[in-house]
Amino acid sequence: MREFQKLLRFYKPYHLMAVLSLAILFLIIFFDLMIPRLIQRIVDLGITARDLDVVIQTSLWMLGISVLNTIFVIINNYYSIVVAEGIGKDMREALMSKIQDFSHADLDRFSTGMLITRVTSDVSTLQRLIRVSLRIGTRAPLIVLGSIVMMFVTNSTLALWVMPLFLLSLGLIVYFSNRMEPFFNKVKDQLDRLNTVLQENIAGALVVKSFARSDSENQRFAITNDQYTRYSVDVSRFVAAMPSALTFLLNLGTVVVIWIGGLESFSEKITIGQIMAFTNYMFVVLHPLLLATELANVWANGAVSAKRVNEVLETIPSVLPSPQPLPLPRKPIGRIVFENVSFGYSAEEESWVLEDVSLEAQRGQTIAILGATGSGKTSLIHLLPRFHDVSLGRIKIDDIDVRDLDQDELLSRIAIVPQESILFTGTIRENISFGAPEASLDQVIAAAKMAQAHDFIMASSEGYDARVEERGRNFSGGQKQRLAIARALAPNPDILLFDDSTSAVDVETENHIQNELKTTLPDKINFIVAQRISTVLNADKILVLEYGKLAATGTHQELLGSCQIYREIYDSQLGGGPNGLKKDTIHGE
Amino acid sequence: MANRSFNPDDKPRQRGNGTGRMALARNVERPKSTKDAIARLLETLKPYKPQIWLVLFFVIIYTLLGLVSPYLIGVAIDQFITKRDSSGLAKIGLTLIIIYLFYNLLTFVSNWIMARVSQLALRDLRRDLFNHVQSLPMGYFDTHPAGSLMSHLTNDIEAINQAVSQNIVALFASALSIIGILTTMFILNAWLAAATLVVVPIFVWFTRFIAKYTVKGYRGLQKDLGEMNSVIEETISGQKVINAFRRNESVLEDFRDTNQKVYKSGIYANTYALALMPVTSQLSNLFIIILAGLGGWLALRDLVSVGTIAAFISYGNNFLSPVRQIANQYNSLQAALAGAERIFGILDTPGENEDDPGSIGIGKLRGEVEFDHVCFSYVPERPVIKNFSLKVKAGQTIALVGPTGAGKTTIINLLTRFYDVESGVIRVDGINLNEVRKSDLRRNLGLVLQDTFLFAETVLDNIRFGNPKATDQDCIQAAKQAEADHFIQQLPEGYHTNLVERAANLSGGQRQLISIARTILADPSILILDEATSSVDTRTELRIQASLLKLMRGRTSFVIAHRLSTIREADLVVVIDQGEIVEQGTHQELLAKKGFFHNLYMSQFKGNEI
Repeated sequence: MREFQKLLRFYKPYHLMAVLSLAILFLIIFFDLMIPRLIQRIVDLGITARDLDVVIQTSLWMLGISVLNTIFVIINNYYSIVVAEGIGKDMREALMSKIQDFSHADLDRFSTGMLITRVTSDVSTLQRLIRVSLRIGTRAPLIVLGSIVMMFVTNSTLALWVMPLFLLSLGLIVYFSNRMEPFFNKVKDQLDRLNTVLQENIAGALVVKSFARSDSENQRFAITNDQYTRYSVDVSRFVAAMPSALTFLLNLGTVVVIWIGGLESFSEKITIGQIMAFTNYMFVVLHPLLLATELANVWANGAVSAKRVNEVLETIPSVLPSPQPLPLPRKPIGRIVFENVSFGYSAEEESWVLEDVSLEAQRGQTIAILGATGSGKTSLIHLLPRFHDVSLGRIKIDDIDVRDLDQDELLSRIAIVPQESILFTGTIRENISFGAPEASLDQVIAAAKMAQAHDFIMASSEGYDARVEERGRNFSGGQKQRLAIARALAPNPDILLFDDSTSAVDVETENHIQNELKTTLPDKINFIVAQRISTVLNADKILVLEYGKLAATGTHQELLGSCQIYREIYDSQLGGGPNGLKKDTIHGE
Repeated sequence: MANRSFNPDDKPRQRGNGTGRMALARNVERPKSTKDAIARLLETLKPYKPQIWLVLFFVIIYTLLGLVSPYLIGVAIDQFITKRDSSGLAKIGLTLIIIYLFYNLLTFVSNWIMARVSQLALRDLRRDLFNHVQSLPMGYFDTHPAGSLMSHLTNDIEAINQAVSQNIVALFASALSIIGILTTMFILNAWLAAATLVVVPIFVWFTRFIAKYTVKGYRGLQKDLGEMNSVIEETISGQKVINAFRRNESVLEDFRDTNQKVYKSGIYANTYALALMPVTSQLSNLFIIILAGLGGWLALRDLVSVGTIAAFISYGNNFLSPVRQIANQYNSLQAALAGAERIFGILDTPGENEDDPGSIGIGKLRGEVEFDHVCFSYVPERPVIKNFSLKVKAGQTIALVGPTGAGKTTIINLLTRFYDVESGVIRVDGINLNEVRKSDLRRNLGLVLQDTFLFAETVLDNIRFGNPKATDQDCIQAAKQAEADHFIQQLPEGYHTNLVERAANLSGGQRQLISIARTILADPSILILDEATSSVDTRTELRIQASLLKLMRGRTSFVIAHRLSTIREADLVVVIDQGEIVEQGTHQELLAKKGFFHNLYMSQFKGNEI
């Protein structure tokens, strides 16, 4: 319930409409419940009293009510949908805006897939909940309550006789609703397991085939499948019992009405019309009661989704903008200093990703970062644009702590080529000018030329207007990387961060790119994370990271002499290999 | 595109269509042939014939019981209440209780039986489907993205589940009771019966009218939802880049546009779709009104009794609710049938070519391989492998070299029989590949690929996947040989650490080492390695390299080579271009030739010279 309370603010703008829809619902139910009474009037005052006028008049009344009610029903329906769709829309927007403020750490914590399901399917589950609640959830109890009132109004003696059966069926519903949830959860868990096996066998079809393990996988699936079926049968049987039990109780009510009502009618305490009205109320009540059990299920699902939506909305971004940001000088950035920087995802000291790293970079310099996977290379360059914040120490750009800068301005001076070259659907031009939407075609072409992308772009007849498909899947790995490089160059930033961004580009092309950067953009500050020695050879400074610590700093020549790790890496790629053989790497695209 | 096969780079791939997100929109698809889909669905129920006959028998009885009770109420009013006969009233009261009891008991028992039957039938369907998916040729997985295949399988089965578990008995009972009620009403009073039937055309017309707009509305909604979801997907997947390039405002703007569209089309579609139920329940009021009005008029002329009117009102309620039920579930039934059709489509996709009846079982191979004038094409008329001949002695290492799309991967696909040759013969130890049992062949082959697939099980179980009979000790031994033991020991629970889906809790290099251990345990005679570049750091790569060298010792190895060292050490370098062997020989011989290989070598290595 608390999870729903937190989401109440989304409901507020639609409060009036919801109240209106509820008011109309009251009218609908009131009129619906009038019908049996009017039939009673036809029977008692029309047929029994032999008055044709009453029959005709009452029939017309009923017809009028029915037409009016149809209109009301349509309005009520419409409002409930507008409320549900509106709340859904607002919720999606709130989630998406929230996600825009997320830092890298926040994004990593919720994975991409999880965030997507929260914005899409969790919100639609909640929408369904609202819709169902407004249409059935309020309707069912109102009809039951209204029917009870109307029964007492019609004939209180008979109403009292029927009441125990009513209470019993309400108890039955509560019982079923409570028992249902754990049942359903069990089935859902097992279904997840079943889907995992399925998923693995589709994604891993090649492995299963090549080890000739289809039989054992079939067996594994069969076990999970059987277990799931067992739970499903249990649930279905349980669900099957519910309507029969409920219907029987209300049928008994009908018998009570006929029997007791009949006996009472002998002494004129009740009319035949009233007996008929009662049997009708029995019918009217049955349907909403059956639906009420379904409602319990919708609410249970909704609670899970509400919790997941709240998790996103309540996240406090791990990187917050400075309350009073300082401006950067208008001139290009001259100096970057890392002062005893330590960084960890959690506050505990044992789990430092980076520990006590200091470095300095000047305008026009290229800093290369080398090290094993997990040594903290990517984290190091991510600290500069504040994708994460340092845990200890500080990073200064032209003597201002990055945390004191205006985040937008900081980012406008830095461009990154990420490890995974994510492109967006749109044209090539749109992709390259992603960070500089106002860039002219000439600027885009210049960036593409530097990134050695111009030639392959022009190889297609559409050139810069060629479509980029989802995630850039119509381009090869090397092409995507070059487009990502062009994208970073287009806004003409002061600082360029390359995160192992030429791994799929062949060495020759990579050299071209490096030369272009050096000659055309000589006054940038470049940080290059790399696996290949050939990438870092010409850097002004090479940092060797090991387990988050700075193992050595220097130029290629210096490190070759002084740093053992560097030598090892060098040997493995360009020097003598472990078998004393010369080892090289061909990097094809 | 999912990376599950090892990039058949030289064959066209079907584009994914993002069906996953479409599944979020409400399904309003229609099956192409309703009759066929129903017939095949019913076929899945065949093994449960006796139970179904029993249930049908019960349904007939309870439908009849359902017809009797309103009649008895009418009788009670006309014969006993108006005539003040208390003993008759008691008799009819007791009769009613018994009838109701049996009625509900029988509905319960039928549902109880059907719950099991339908779930078992679904289980069988899932099992058949899974077994069939297992047997599908690799080409199927290459052309059908894992994501959309998966979402089809799960969503479609779920749609059938929804429909089957609720509807099969209910539909039959509904149809039966509609017929029964109509008959009874006409017997009781033809005038009144005929008058009430006026409602039916209105009902049908209204349902059709709504259905028309619902389908249109949902189609629009589905399209808009698809658009919005792809914006959401793309935005969130690219969130880090968006943050880095400060495009947050503009992507939010794009999102808002699509969000607004979904809001509007959602209101439109749902207003129609959800109007069906409340409006039809108003229509059943109309039914009762006609009965009461016309009935009253007839009663005054003594053409009908009050009891008959009461019975008719009950019949009316009973008559409309099955009609309403069918109308309400029309959409979900259609979706289920469309899903069923797709599933049958998968079941009808031919599986891998069956082993020839005369195919022979083989034990451990020595590892001689011969390609004898092999031709192959994925798409007819576009040959990928042309007249390929190659003889490999047991224990040799063959480096396959050539530009992207040359056909290197295809050769591997043929050797593993993921695809079958078009003409020519491949022989292992002198036996025609097509005459060998596939599973036996594959047990002799070991594949080590760049994209290693591990299962969401323990490390130990993953290694054991290579040989189910291996003991824990064997597995650990294999891990040691693969140089994986060290890092596995450091995992939170060592060999018993559970891997998460896609083994995301391991680095790429670690995954690779486990897969090597798995292959070592399988002890294949012929190894197939793919050395494409990866983002594994150099020192890990060294370790992988070392463990691969151990693995290759004493086995025939085919290596799609990217490393110069591999090429230098290979017994034979085979240079492939456009599906043909253009050159072969040792590294030195080929360089001396100054031909295709020389060019390839020069262009790829020039940059590396210091």
